[in-house]
Amino acid sequence: MQRILVIGASSAIAQATAREYAQGGARLFLVARDANRLETIAADLRVRGATVDAHVLDANDIAGHAAMLDAAWAALGTVDLALVAHGTLPDQAECSASVETSLKEFATNGTSVIALCIALAQRLQAPATLAVISSVAGDRGRASNTLYGSAKAAVTAFTSGLRQALNGSGVNVLTIKPGFVDTPMTAAFKKGALWATPEQVARGIVRAVAKRKSVAYLPGFWWGIMRVITHIPEFVFRRIKL
Amino acid sequence: MARKGESWGRWPRPADQALHALQRRDEALPVGERTLLAHGQGRSYGDSCLNDGGRLLLTRGLDHFLHFDAEAGVITCEAGVTLGEVLSAVLPRGWFLPVTPGTRFATVGGALANDVHGKNHHRNGSFGDHVLAFELVRSDGSRQLVRPGEPLFAATVGGLGLTGVVSWLQLKLQRVVGPWMAVESVRFEGLADFFALSAESAGTHEYTVAWVDCLARGKALGRGHFLRANHAPAGASGRLPGRGLSMPVTPPFALVNRLTLRPFNTLYFQRQQARSRASVQHYAPYFYPLDGIRDWNRMYGPRGFLQHQCVLPPSTARDAVAALLGEIARSGQGSFLAVLKEFGDREAPGLMSFARPGTTLALDFPRAGPSTLALLDRLDAIVSAAGGALYPAKDARMSPAMFRAGQPRLEEFIPHLDPAFSSSFWRRVME
Repeated sequence: MQRILVIGASSAIAQATAREYAQGGARLFLVARDANRLETIAADLRVRGATVDAHVLDANDIAGHAAMLDAAWAALGTVDLALVAHGTLPDQAECSASVETSLKEFATNGTSVIALCIALAQRLQAPATLAVISSVAGDRGRASNTLYGSAKAAVTAFTSGLRQALNGSGVNVLTIKPGFVDTPMTAAFKKGALWATPEQVARGIVRAVAKRKSVAYLPGFWWGIMRVITHIPEFVFRRIKL
Repeated sequence: MARKGESWGRWPRPADQALHALQRRDEALPVGERTLLAHGQGRSYGDSCLNDGGRLLLTRGLDHFLHFDAEAGVITCEAGVTLGEVLSAVLPRGWFLPVTPGTRFATVGGALANDVHGKNHHRNGSFGDHVLAFELVRSDGSRQLVRPGEPLFAATVGGLGLTGVVSWLQLKLQRVVGPWMAVESVRFEGLADFFALSAESAGTHEYTVAWVDCLARGKALGRGHFLRANHAPAGASGRLPGRGLSMPVTPPFALVNRLTLRPFNTLYFQRQQARSRASVQHYAPYFYPLDGIRDWNRMYGPRGFLQHQCVLPPSTARDAVAALLGEIARSGQGSFLAVLKEFGDREAPGLMSFARPGTTLALDFPRAGPSTLALLDRLDAIVSAAGGALYPAKDARMSPAMFRAGQPRLEEFIPHLDPAFSSSFWRRVME
């Protein structure tokens, strides 16, 4: 039985991942900010085979992190996998128009994630995995999602450093970089061939956790796409609309 | 995955249809000029799940289970949960769907709205017979808990989504020992044998259905294989299903055509030489053979295909089935799988339910043009003369008169319509 802490449990990828683990009878501790939503998700995962506790917290409430982690460890005993999955997809035009919005979104997608990683690194006992959802957007800043990409870049760099620091400790740090994912927020959009379902991404996360991978591009073809994008010379890249 | 906002037959294609993804079962419905229609997986074949000029409410985001009582076998879930997801959750604890159609990719909401049936209609009736309650969200903002016996229950079961949106429902399951089915395939040489096998098997087998060679003529008319099955007792086991195939692209023309149909039907009939063959099968290939080929509807090419499923009253069924098969054989426009089944003699739970006492024949035809539509009109004439009805979930072209003739309780249904709801199908048949 796996004991799993899921932060940002209402995200589509987190839900799909929790469902994968629920089938195996996992013990879950779910954290999300919306109590009603959390209640629905917890009930769903119970039917799918998991034992579930739930905790309402906005990840931006940094002061509340310690109490949440105390509750998680009290409920689970120990944690085999911590999945940090919360985030938003901010509108870049709104971010460009407002420093306040930008910093708030950076806090949600960057700072609060790093804060959780620091606290989890102190608590996780080997063997365990800290899996953090970053994004392909963090590999190179682009005009269309500058703020989001920079917050994810911070997460990618931080988890990379943490992985080195914890190397040999038995705690693996996994950086997850999904590409375009068809979530409820994008359900009515036209989808091209690059779009993946949350279920596909979730199966990739389960595989990457089991293999103790360092970085997982999901689906895997994004590794190739991002190799190309990160190797475009800056004098060319600055002229591209992406 | 079906393209969002399309139906399974891939025709007709809506020209101007807005999409709104429901994300929470307690959210308010969008307001505006456009009419509304819930749309789950788009597994209805024609236009009953489309709303050209209006707005579809995509329900697939409502995919949460709310509760499972594993003692009583009662599952409560949101309307966008698929039948396959219900099975995955309940089968490990010894429960099974009480009624299932030929695909597990349909949602429970769609199963309710079409009051779907399966191979066990003679035992268990249709889907609506097992629904204990549901929540109906109406465009006036109201939410009502609806239970069997209430007028809105009979209107919504089989009501084609026109009474509002079902946000969640509660379903009574049936007990099973495990995933295995004890299946017997009996080869028969004509329609008289089919009716005899149906009568003989109704008492001994939970599931009965027949495949018919719809291109056989003369003495061979109505030959086929009769498949009857029960859930296998404890200890049974067989081959686990493989990963399955898919149609990754749409071929430029229908692979189902005059050149391939007759050899396929003949080979399919001849592959079993013995009169009877028994086997143990996993439930998935038994109930959902076509689910094993993802996007199989693409096989019919870019023009899509048309389904024709009728039900014929017991008094006229024998002659009418023979007449339908004769007409199809003459036309040469056969279908890959002609499916024949005797419904049980029971009252339907919905005012507009399709399944009713009699015999049902299901066919699919590549949409080849006017000749296909002309053939279907000739089939309609036979069905109509026999006092039968067509299945709205499979229809894209029946006439308003044909629809009315098949819905004796239509006038009872109409007062329950939600004024903000409509569908391409509804506007077409209510002209």
